[in-house]
Amino acid sequence: MLDRADAPALLLIAPTGGGKTLAGFLPTLAELEDGQHVGIHTLYVSPLKALAADIKRNLRTPVDDMGLPIRIEDRTGDTSATQKKRQRADPPHILLTTPESLALLTSYEDAPRMFKGLQRVIVDEIHALQESKRGDQLMLALGRLQRLAPGLRRVGLSATVEDPAMIAKSLACHPDPCEILHADPGPAPDISMLVTTEMPPWSGGGAAYAIPAVLEQVRQHKTTLIFHNTRAQAEIFFHNLWLSNTDDLPIGIHHGSLSRDQREKVEGAMVRGDLRAIVCTGSLDLGIDWGDVDLVIQIGAPKNVKRLIQRIGRANHRYNAPSKALLVPANRFEVIECIAALEAALAGDLDGDPPGPGPRDVLCQHILITACAGPFSADDLYSEIRTVGAFADLTRAQFDECLEFCATGGYALRAYDKWKRLKEINGMWHLRDPRASRNIRMNIGTIQDTDTLKVRYKGSFKSLGEIEEGFAASLTPGDTFLIGGKIVRYESLREMTVEVSRNASKKPKIATFMGTKFATSTQLQARILRMFETGDFRALPDHTRDWLHLQQEISKLPEADRILIESFPHNGQAHTVFYGFAGRNAMQTLGLLLTQRMEELALNPLGFVATDYATMIWGLDPVTDPAPLIQPDALRDGFETWLQGNAVMKKTFRTAATIAGLIERNLPQARKSGRQATFSSDILYETLVKYDPDHLMLDITRDEALSGLVDLGRIEEMLARTNGRFDHVTRDRVTPLAAPLLLEVGRVPIKGEGRELLIERETQALMEASGLNKIAPPASKWRVGW
Amino acid sequence: MNAHIFTLCDTPLHALPEGALWAPQTRTLTVSDLHLGKSDRIARRRGIMLPPYETRATLDKLDLLLDTYAPSQVVCLGDSFDDLDAADSLDEVEKMQLARQQAGRDWIWIEGNHDPGPVELGGRHLQDLRHGPLTYRHIAQAEARGEISGHYHPKCGLPRGGTRPAFLIDGARVIMPAFGAFTGGLRATHPTLRGLMSPGATAVLTGKKAMPVPLAATR
Repeated sequence: MLDRADAPALLLIAPTGGGKTLAGFLPTLAELEDGQHVGIHTLYVSPLKALAADIKRNLRTPVDDMGLPIRIEDRTGDTSATQKKRQRADPPHILLTTPESLALLTSYEDAPRMFKGLQRVIVDEIHALQESKRGDQLMLALGRLQRLAPGLRRVGLSATVEDPAMIAKSLACHPDPCEILHADPGPAPDISMLVTTEMPPWSGGGAAYAIPAVLEQVRQHKTTLIFHNTRAQAEIFFHNLWLSNTDDLPIGIHHGSLSRDQREKVEGAMVRGDLRAIVCTGSLDLGIDWGDVDLVIQIGAPKNVKRLIQRIGRANHRYNAPSKALLVPANRFEVIECIAALEAALAGDLDGDPPGPGPRDVLCQHILITACAGPFSADDLYSEIRTVGAFADLTRAQFDECLEFCATGGYALRAYDKWKRLKEINGMWHLRDPRASRNIRMNIGTIQDTDTLKVRYKGSFKSLGEIEEGFAASLTPGDTFLIGGKIVRYESLREMTVEVSRNASKKPKIATFMGTKFATSTQLQARILRMFETGDFRALPDHTRDWLHLQQEISKLPEADRILIESFPHNGQAHTVFYGFAGRNAMQTLGLLLTQRMEELALNPLGFVATDYATMIWGLDPVTDPAPLIQPDALRDGFETWLQGNAVMKKTFRTAATIAGLIERNLPQARKSGRQATFSSDILYETLVKYDPDHLMLDITRDEALSGLVDLGRIEEMLARTNGRFDHVTRDRVTPLAAPLLLEVGRVPIKGEGRELLIERETQALMEASGLNKIAPPASKWRVGW
Repeated sequence: MNAHIFTLCDTPLHALPEGALWAPQTRTLTVSDLHLGKSDRIARRRGIMLPPYETRATLDKLDLLLDTYAPSQVVCLGDSFDDLDAADSLDEVEKMQLARQQAGRDWIWIEGNHDPGPVELGGRHLQDLRHGPLTYRHIAQAEARGEISGHYHPKCGLPRGGTRPAFLIDGARVIMPAFGAFTGGLRATHPTLRGLMSPGATAVLTGKKAMPVPLAATR
């Protein structure tokens, strides 16, 4: 590191826990040794607040030991207002922060003064930022910093990834080169599937069956991390784990929906070595140093080999010994997925997709942030933005369109002449109303949190955590649910806080939490289909092998070059399953496309649910001939009209419009003060589609949806692979392979004729039950001729 | 017809799925809380530039109803404009459209709490309107009978999630949903609305078809 201290950009690739973070700081410590530097010398940016706090702790020790005159502080959403104010007036030598807090810092008028002497920036866990808009926002902020401090050197620290050159390109100030350093990858991991006497269930994601075996592993190891793919699953597992934890082994839970207090308590206990295990989610994915973890258990199929490898790296953080990891499939299909992931991990077959061009909604936010800091010239801003790798190919026309959007809304039919947000005066762009900067700052960030409500005990001020507003709305007083491993009883909703009381009920509802669901990678899916094709099930445990044989007996196994379609009745509704193996997002899109076709064919679809490997649709009428549904050309033709009206587009629009500053984030403090103007983003979307179909926001929404939630690429991959070939199997009850789908969460209702019919039936039934229908006059009586 | 037909003080009324109320005997079409010019007001007050098309969207929706029912009288039940400045913000196309809609019929602006009443746009301005046993006014009064009002933008939760604007109807009154394109709503479960309506009241959901449901059963 010290040899390369002067490189303008440097990427260090090292396996998790290779001590790379401290290595990144070495040149900083050397340069600050003489105590001459005034103001910020090094900015450290990490994706997690907790990581910034952790690094502060770990950096403090060597700095104090060497008696260096260096001030180190962190600044995140958790930092107090007083502290933040002081940091702007008198910045420390080393500031540890997150992309959002940095974006906020660059929005202040005093940013040029604050960053004038900046020498180095260290981006930790850059591979994690790379995959999201947070990374784009960060790189735009670095472009700004480079302008304020032209000598700025950039260092990126990354875990093992499939394409280091790609990350290097995004890190460097375009078109500068970026050197890549590879650290010793260390010994190969020791990874296997957890052997249990109990069989995994047919369906579900809880993996409750494995609890005795997991507890036994916890007993045998010093410290175990138990990773889950979703927060809800982590909660259920933690709850069940404690029901069986007869030895009272100290086990904690950690995920992003828990209150800060609770998370800090668990983090503290972990650092002190007080805990034998932590049940956790992606919030512990990244390189926080938790001490002597000697086992990582992954509950549920890992979906993506790269993430699996990074999680495994959390074991034996400090020793040059192989990391030990166990995979625990939650159900039988996941047994197959786990075996495929194991094989891929051992073969070092990492997966990933190349990133697209820089997202323009993030660019719009950046333009607004720039305007908050002071007047700017469009030419200068354009050239600054093009130094950011992801935006290097941005055309001037695209930039101007984003600027126009920020200034006037960019509407074709009707303009806000009087109330523009930005105004150009003598070639410089200004905020029309400087007070608008407060709003812009409050909406900084690219993380989309679903609307959440705080949960607390009645009469207490301490927050237990957060639940989604939609889940809260579904509760009636007396309902019980799980949060932070506790079962609580819903009492009331007060001032946007959910009040609960303690409860010892055995069967709580499960709170839904936001949290990303990852699609299984193309590479893993291909491995699974290959296994089906060869019929080589030797690597599978007996129960799973039996299940697949049963499926072969009752129906058949899916094949790579044709789509298996199964139809059966269930609960009085017709069900049809399409095994497309294209990953969750693409299967979701397929569900939307297919239900649209079914709506056209009057099959009255009511809803669908998608998993990584299949889409199941239910409706009032059975599918007898799937051929017209899955013809590639018919699917592609329907795509354009479909794309405009569907829920994924509306959801994507909401995200993009929020990031770009068209709608405000639903912030609790703003809601409480009543200063929030809330709008149904769906209605805004529909209005734009109708009156201004070429509007920038619709263009962005389309781009985003195609590469993101719609995942057109993988639908095309599936269509090319199967090319209209299919097998249609009709049975009188659910087939073995379809069974897990019946319990899958994330059902999407179709708002079509079928649903209208059902609502009508239900409202009629309610009217009849209440007797109100007898009071109302018969409809025919008043049918007057107008 | 997809309307819900009922009587209020022996007067037949149709709750239309679009959220308007049709009185066939007097050929009166009533719409409430149009909130025209809302996006302009938000841009002015908060610097956020929503698609400025809610006025068009609302007027276009009204056009369809005027074509279908050819009412001799239109009652706008208050909060027709987001505020007085919002009335000024209408562009020429929108003003023309409104003038065309007013031509040949009695057009009544009931005064709301947002808009004391825009005077340049034609039509009569009234505090309230009486038609036999019926009274049209903006905000419901607790003791009134035969009252048709708006103001609250009632909406109801659906049996399987989501909400829809809804009429609230009982023997004494009708509270109408908002007709404006960018308008939020107040849950019919809110104590204020529950307090105004009798226990046996009906909620009529808007949508493709007006669907009645007991108010007590809504969420």
